[in-house]
Amino acid sequence: MVTYKLPHKEFNEALKSGKLMGFKCNSCGAYTCPPKINCNECASMDMVVVEFKGRAEIKSYTIIRVSPEGFEGVVPYIVALAQLEEGPNLVGNLVGVDPDKVTDEIIGKKVKIGCKPAPPNVKYCGPIGKDGKLTPEMVAITFSLM
Amino acid sequence: MRKVCVAGVGMTKFGKSEKSSIEMFAEAAMEAIIGSNIKPSDIQCLYLGNVFGDFEEGQALMAPYAAREIGLSVGTPSLRFEGACASASMAIRDAFVAVAGGFYDVVLAGGTERELAMGTPLATRTFNMATEQYYEGMTGLTFPGVFAILSRLYSKKYGIPLSKLKERMAMVAVKNHKNGAKNPLAQFRKEITVEEVLSGPMIAEPLQLLDCCPFTDGAAAIIITTEEKAKKMVEKPVYILGVGQGSGAPLYRQKDFTLIESRVAAAKTAYAMAGIEPKDIDVAEVHDCFTIAEIVATECLGFFDFGTASEAVEKGETQIGGRIPINPSGGLKSKGHPIGATGAAQAYEIVKQLRGEFVERGTQVEGAKIGLTDTLGGDSGVICNILFGIKG
Repeated sequence: MVTYKLPHKEFNEALKSGKLMGFKCNSCGAYTCPPKINCNECASMDMVVVEFKGRAEIKSYTIIRVSPEGFEGVVPYIVALAQLEEGPNLVGNLVGVDPDKVTDEIIGKKVKIGCKPAPPNVKYCGPIGKDGKLTPEMVAITFSLM
Repeated sequence: MRKVCVAGVGMTKFGKSEKSSIEMFAEAAMEAIIGSNIKPSDIQCLYLGNVFGDFEEGQALMAPYAAREIGLSVGTPSLRFEGACASASMAIRDAFVAVAGGFYDVVLAGGTERELAMGTPLATRTFNMATEQYYEGMTGLTFPGVFAILSRLYSKKYGIPLSKLKERMAMVAVKNHKNGAKNPLAQFRKEITVEEVLSGPMIAEPLQLLDCCPFTDGAAAIIITTEEKAKKMVEKPVYILGVGQGSGAPLYRQKDFTLIESRVAAAKTAYAMAGIEPKDIDVAEVHDCFTIAEIVATECLGFFDFGTASEAVEKGETQIGGRIPINPSGGLKSKGHPIGATGAAQAYEIVKQLRGEFVERGTQVEGAKIGLTDTLGGDSGVICNILFGIKG
């Protein structure tokens, strides 16, 4: 039997307590985050769960002005792509920055990884709860400027 | 492997429809069947692309209902293909595999979608379901957002100032609307200017409204069969020379999204199967869901060196009459993008281009002998490439 070492629920619970978790591969040394069953580089399952530094660099971003259903109340908001110091990329909401004032100067800036709950009207994301509402484990990854 | 051909093709008018997904598909399918000079009972299997029927019409299990709607026999298997925006291309590719391998002789492939039934907020949300949900979807990332992120990555990587890149992206929209204006089946039959693109409402910065393809209702279908049968069915069978399909990881796992590795791999497979090179392609229908998407796609397909495709657009190399005409149908941008049907509509265009049927419409690529379709699903989770030719 194969057991998933760091399922999404555990990853998100750790993130909610301020820890970014992932894997370090014993075969090739690469880091994998968010988790998957085997190494993102060499597909080895010989990986250990490690805590990441939780720091990244902004690579690109967009300001969402036309949102999906459930996000109408929070537009405009920023979604960014950032590269962790350990190597992998994450997609998250850049928070603490005014979307109407952000410029390309933000690219290359260092950020800290966190998380936040989705807006209250977001439905059908992750395991479908009662009335389609989100279950507590579902959070959005966030980036805050350091 | 047997030689495989396309016989008849069919397509509805794209845009807003009052017809159901199955009714639209029935129209496209019957056009393809009649055009192949066969009967519904000659079809041995149906491969149907459909993505959000469950949300659009509360309708699951569309494939068997579509099969019986058009009179396929009760013993005919029918399968639904879901690969987000690439669903119908997947259906065509699998039909090719089944016929090439000798299991079936005649397969109906295509797709249908009724997006405009949903309204923009729900449609945007359902499309967002094709991004990875546990680590990405919760950010409220939209598909315009994914390609907006790509635009900035591309601008930085190749040192093309974003304002310059945006101007060239606008030229993609202008070109595709120019072609679409001549296509009676297109959703938007209206030429636009660079100034109009650059002054439109912002959707996901830096993408503006006219950088984005629309939500669309529509269906398309094609008959895929053996060389031998196709020659009996139609005067001008079109060969499927090669196919390729890749599986891409979520956006956060893509090391360099400007290189779209699933597309590079899919195209390589298709070219190798056909024994041809990118320079041999005369005409291509390419997945221009967003203006930047067409630019990046034409590089991954090998038409232009990486980092040079936006300049090629500016020089007119992708216009009809240019070095490699891209999206003579108007593309997703102007023709419309009913995601379950798009790949089959691309095939419809290429088949008719190779048969030389667009002279009157004014969008015929003169002397086109080899054509390519390129369809992307999700953040490049699926890429499907199909090569067509007038000789086997």
